[in-house]
Amino acid sequence: MSAPDDDVLLRLDGVVKHFPIRTGVFAGRSAGQVHAVDGVDLTVRRGETLGLVGETGCGKSTLARCITRLHDLTSGTVLFDGVDISRLSRRQLIPYRREMQMIFQDPFGSLNPHRRVGSIIGDPFAIHGIADGLLRRQRVRELMEKVGLNPEHYNRFPAEFSGGQRQRIGVARALALRPKLIVCDEPVSALDVSIQAQIINLLAELQDEFGLTYLFIAHDLSVVRHVSDRVAVMYLGKVVEVAPAEELFERPRHPYTVALLSAASVADPDVADRRERILLAGDVPSPVNPPSGCRFHPRCPKAQSRCEVEAPELVARVADTDDHPTACHFPVEPTDDLARAAVVPMRRATLFPGEQQRQ
Amino acid sequence: MSALPVELVRAEPPETPRAGEIGRDIEGRSPLRLAWARLRHDRVAIASTVTIAMLVLVAVGAPLIAHLVGHGPYTQYRLTGLTRDGLPVGPSGRFLLGTDNLGRDLFVRIVYGARVSLLVGVGSTLIAITAGVVIGVAAGYLGGVVDTFLARFMDVVLSFPFLLVAIAIVSVVGPSLTVSVLVIAFFSWATVGRIIRGQTLSIREREYIEAARSLGAGDLRIMVVDVLPNLEAPIIVYTTLLIPTAIVFESTLSFLGLGVVPPTPTWGSLLADSLQYYQVAWWYVLFPGLALLITTLAFNLLGDSVRDALDPRTERVFATRAGRRRWRAS
Repeated sequence: MSAPDDDVLLRLDGVVKHFPIRTGVFAGRSAGQVHAVDGVDLTVRRGETLGLVGETGCGKSTLARCITRLHDLTSGTVLFDGVDISRLSRRQLIPYRREMQMIFQDPFGSLNPHRRVGSIIGDPFAIHGIADGLLRRQRVRELMEKVGLNPEHYNRFPAEFSGGQRQRIGVARALALRPKLIVCDEPVSALDVSIQAQIINLLAELQDEFGLTYLFIAHDLSVVRHVSDRVAVMYLGKVVEVAPAEELFERPRHPYTVALLSAASVADPDVADRRERILLAGDVPSPVNPPSGCRFHPRCPKAQSRCEVEAPELVARVADTDDHPTACHFPVEPTDDLARAAVVPMRRATLFPGEQQRQ
Repeated sequence: MSALPVELVRAEPPETPRAGEIGRDIEGRSPLRLAWARLRHDRVAIASTVTIAMLVLVAVGAPLIAHLVGHGPYTQYRLTGLTRDGLPVGPSGRFLLGTDNLGRDLFVRIVYGARVSLLVGVGSTLIAITAGVVIGVAAGYLGGVVDTFLARFMDVVLSFPFLLVAIAIVSVVGPSLTVSVLVIAFFSWATVGRIIRGQTLSIREREYIEAARSLGAGDLRIMVVDVLPNLEAPIIVYTTLLIPTAIVFESTLSFLGLGVVPPTPTWGSLLADSLQYYQVAWWYVLFPGLALLITTLAFNLLGDSVRDALDPRTERVFATRAGRRRWRAS
């Protein structure tokens, strides 16, 4: 992680976002905190696509909203292009909003149903007072063409488009101000597989053309492997491993990454049958009261007493390059047989814990 | 990122504009226009719209009607309009709907009464809707302290006993048309405000609001450009439903002598005066009451139809099988 600084577009340092849980009629008493994002260090380099994976509820989307300042940070800093934007006021943020855009997951929810498509895509120009009147119309039409929409549909309403077309509208809106960074919050998970491919290819083409940098959040591992230059894995509000995409998938170091990868579906049924799947014991702990030390230790097959006490740092371990930091005291070696050490291999696994004990 | 293998990607079907459409924009029908199309198939809506249009015509053309009839609204026809005992005269060729206790033409007075009713109904509704929408959107969108303050204020207004406070205000300020409009508006806006606040609370959590914020839009812009258009349905529905309520409010005030100052005729004051004569002059009670009933009914039915048209998911109850068939066919 020692990339030269001018190479880094976005640097997160100890980003923390806690949500207070309020109870009581008068909304005053705080009954604890949801540790949605709990100390994330991450860098995104210029022109790359950084994939961010993790299961539902691990804080991916919250992290995205901290970066785009839709949430205020509890603590930590967000350096965008060398400037700390984590403490700027809304007014001070406006120039940075031009450089950093977001694509949302739900192509149905992210477009105002009562406004015409042309005016939705023209929004960035209107808000930042850039192009007016005919010029704006012209720019919007160009954008629509760029993302593969028919510019004649300028005056249609979002309801008249399919899911894939709507996501193209979202892409056009994000692209309007020629940003440097686009945060894609699960941009394809709501779409059909064939449409997913179209949107991903569109994003790739736009990246080549405009030199965009993507932070690509997804839970579909095959999509992430396909689009990402580097991948970061999150678990319970922390980044547990970062590595170049191929290396992460071929040689995962964190036990959680190994388990996560083994859960991904494989297209070839023969491979899927032969493959051993690691089933983790128990559920994801509650982010209200996360485990001590390493957050993964209650479910980790390699956990030792040290893991309960000392939280591992996200650093490159022995035998790893600087580019592949892992937050684990005892990273997985290629010789480890996690499936045996851990839990039950898939075929003998049962859904009911009671049955396991009877065997 | 690299492109996926070509065979994986199925191209979206190319949009082929029809012959007549080449070169011009394809315009989508707005939700409002779709609602309008549905409304036009609704017979009740058509009937009530026609009724309301006629009422407006009558109110606007009141002097013309008075001229045609040949009776002024304030002229007392002591010889022809009253019996020898000084009682009102019933409907006849000379007085279409009879006369009142002072020998004035009831028809002409009812026609003039429509002016006051519609003026107060529409005027106070516009004020109430504007205030309710502004305060409701501000409370719902801004939240926090603003919301707590505004929502509690609305609760306080709603907890006032309408008549007592109205009597108090009017007896201090003195009755007039303006006072009526303001008093009615003051007691109507909080209901609207509450509903708008509730709607805004749910709209605020939508992703497109987040999208606007991530683009750098300010609060005011989001409220006007993104929240307000999504409130058009409740605004239109509550406008049509508030007007009849306001008309009844005005009649109540006039009935109690707190509304428009006599001798200006209003339906409420006509009803109030008629009560002493209902045993001898049935027309004196019936026709002002009927005018009030028809007007409020027309507005209420229109309001219901508008609500159905704006929200196609609402259950429709069909009066006849033919109605259901027509609805399905349309």
